[in-house]
Amino acid sequence: MTNEIETIIHTQDLSLFYGDFQALHDISLPFAQRQVTALIGPSGCGKSSFLRSLNRMNDLTSGTRSEGAVIFEGTNILEKKIDVVSLRRRIGMVFQKPNPFPKSIYDNVAYGLVVNGIKNRSIVAARVEKSLKQAALWEEVKDRLHKPALGLSGGQQQRLCIARALAVEPEILLMDEPASALDPIATQKIEELILELKERYTIIIVTHNMQQAARVSNTTAFFYMGRLVEVGSTNALFTKPVKKETEDYITGRFG
Amino acid sequence: MTFSLSKNRLSGKRGTVQSIWFALFRGAAAINVLALFAVILFMVIQGASAINWAFLTEMPKNSMTEGGILPCIIGTICLALGALAFAFPVGVATAIYLNEYATQGKRVAMIRFAITNLAGVPSVVFGLFGLAFFCTVLKLGVSLLSGALTLGIMSLPVIIGASEEALKTVPNTYREASLGLGASKWQTIFRVVVPSALPGILTGSILALGRAAGETAPIMFTGAVFFTPDLPTSVFDEVMALPYHIYVLATAGTHIGETRPLQYGTALVLIALVLGMNLCAIIVRSRLRNRNRI
Ligand SMILES: Nc1ncnc2c1ncn2[C@@H]1O[C@H](COP(=O)(O)OP(=O)(O)OP(=O)(O)O)[C@@H](O)[C@H]1O
Ligand SMILES: [Mg+2]
Repeated sequence: MTNEIETIIHTQDLSLFYGDFQALHDISLPFAQRQVTALIGPSGCGKSSFLRSLNRMNDLTSGTRSEGAVIFEGTNILEKKIDVVSLRRRIGMVFQKPNPFPKSIYDNVAYGLVVNGIKNRSIVAARVEKSLKQAALWEEVKDRLHKPALGLSGGQQQRLCIARALAVEPEILLMDEPASALDPIATQKIEELILELKERYTIIIVTHNMQQAARVSNTTAFFYMGRLVEVGSTNALFTKPVKKETEDYITGRFG
Repeated sequence: MTFSLSKNRLSGKRGTVQSIWFALFRGAAAINVLALFAVILFMVIQGASAINWAFLTEMPKNSMTEGGILPCIIGTICLALGALAFAFPVGVATAIYLNEYATQGKRVAMIRFAITNLAGVPSVVFGLFGLAFFCTVLKLGVSLLSGALTLGIMSLPVIIGASEEALKTVPNTYREASLGLGASKWQTIFRVVVPSALPGILTGSILALGRAAGETAPIMFTGAVFFTPDLPTSVFDEVMALPYHIYVLATAGTHIGETRPLQYGTALVLIALVLGMNLCAIIVRSRLRNRNRI
């Protein structure tokens, strides 16, 4: 399945260290364009660390060091000379806990545009509306765009964060357990959203929820103790896992 | 709301021990309130008779035994604002550097060491330093500028401390969200971090300003004078100032006894000014805090 579709980003023997502790071991994983890839695995296995390597978010944690390569459009984005600021515009991120800025709803979505130099008011306004619509939030907030974003519910805040990430039109969207802080209805909304977004975006999502991975993703990768154990089409991985660890994990026989 | 332990009544010996300790803690906390009220009450009783419109708006007369204290009020306000004009940008910039840019290292350790020790320098030493450096070396003379700079340097550690505290309370998730959208570090600081920290930064700075306004030692050699017949017209003028005026009236005059009411009146004005600034700080904080909350 992955073979027919173009790979947009892939890692090559990626290792990550927090000081002396090696959190990721030689991970080589391709990601197909306009597909949803789910990263699953027990807590502490390195999913977030891996995800954050893809847009150099780990740079913000002092004492991190990586080896290997992350190839995006033919260049290794782990290289020092890479402009991380524009990289992060192209590889957006949605975090586990909704983290809107203490600004208005409108300013939250417009933020990424403004910092990227888009000043024209009508362009910004149009993009804000479009992003909020894509994130299925427009109807709920269109009458209160200039109210504080922190007044929204948790699920709305998370969709706002997705809208904020979409506004800068990234090519890849990294999502770290985007629905883990939400109730089932808000979760369902986010999942529907992911299915819609994959028409245009490449999505890499970390999730602890097996059903969620099965529902939204095309490909699933199973991580265990900092290593990539198995990767394959979601269907195959959940029905006929090759490795024993994978089977134990997805059937819940895991600690 | 934090839940109150004292609500859970305990019986027996443990209960008694607990109530004794709580009573002590409550007493300790009450001392603060009592101290403030005692100071204010004392000043009001002693000084209220001296306060009237003329006292606040006229120049001193008759070797300062009569008349008002207008030049002192203006001088103190100018000194405090001047100090803030210098210390606020430098202090906030230092805090941003230390909290947002600098990674642990020798240089940071040095800077922190300097700030800690700056905070420990006695105010009279600042006064002498100001005299030697601003007045003499920089040839600024005894002036509003020298006094304000001296007060400013003295306020730096407080402003840096308050600003760093405020920056630390900004959740890292804001920084990550901003950087994740392709904002540069500077944009993140300028557009997200500092605005979120601003209530704390402003509160701390205004409190520092109030503190500086009441200081005598740093300005007595550098900016404040015994008496000047004119209000300041430029930053190079010498000024009168409330705390120094109290000091002068209470120790150096020939009519110490007769000017008692004036001394207390001046002290009352100074306290009112400082409390007014603190009130401003509280208002600013709650205004800004609520602006982007629900
Ligand atoms: N800042 C850090 N410093 C040191 N070690 C870290 C740091 N962040 C993560 N680790 C370690 O790296 C390993 C992988 O952590 P990571 O957060 O990537 O796991 P995860 O798979 O996302 O877990 P979870 O499902 O609980 O979010 C863990 O052993 C963790 O303790
Ligand atoms: Mg994680």
